Amino acid sequence: MAGPMRIRAAAKEGVTEVRVLMSHPMETGQRKDSSGNIIPGHYITDLVAKHNDKVVLEAQMSGSVSTNPYLAFKFNGGAKGDKLMVSWTDNKGESRTDEVQVS
Amino acid sequence: MNQQRRETLKAGGGIGIFGMLVAAGMIKPEMAFAAADRAVFDAKTMEEAFAAIGAGKPADSADIQITAPDIAENGAVVPVGVISNIAKTEQIAIMIEKNPNMVAASFTIPEGTLADIQTRVKMGQTSDVWALVKADGKYFVAKKEVKVTLGGCGG
Repeated sequence: MAGPMRIRAAAKEGVTEVRVLMSHPMETGQRKDSSGNIIPGHYITDLVAKHNDKVVLEAQMSGSVSTNPYLAFKFNGGAKGDKLMVSWTDNKGESRTDEVQVS
Repeated sequence: MNQQRRETLKAGGGIGIFGMLVAAGMIKPEMAFAAADRAVFDAKTMEEAFAAIGAGKPADSADIQITAPDIAENGAVVPVGVISNIAKTEQIAIMIEKNPNMVAASFTIPEGTLADIQTRVKMGQTSDVWALVKADGKYFVAKKEVKVTLGGCGG
């Protein structure tokens, strides 16, 4: 089970900056273990971020994104106390959703 | 008694293998994903990737800034940022030309979100990092070479 995401969302001068650190192995499916067997790929495929109920970012990813993916983006608007929700789904069908308040 | 125990063990072993087969079935959702709109992630050349996205032959643009180190000591974690100064940017894709999974990520940017994305990618070797931007229905690209001293995709 994947650990929680660390999300920071800070509103400043009308722009909210969001930084997300996900906890995920992001296994590419290219690597081999010590006995030469290919380690099956396990990576986040889709991510969506919502400010209150409005989608502010959607992403699709592959195993080329680093382990424990980091993502930073900005959107117009957003005020202290607003909800910011990020959720992801990986190629094994696991998913996780975390929510923070904009600070 | 002893015999019965052996039978039970055998039966248990049988379930174990069956369980593994079911677990192997977990590959299925992955294949379903690939069949959907993930074709772009299977692209092996830049041309294929552009074609899969529907970009055709994107124009070079000086209005796309790629922020990445000139030399990355650790290919497993290469910070890459893309800023598009093109109006009405709708999508940003980050591609690592020499990676087996060359399309690292594709971001859909709704109205109100700035075309300013940062993430971290793996790089197997020194390669050009491409940023493909879709703006107002047109595609633009920019690239930047990142030298990798220690690959991030090795075993």
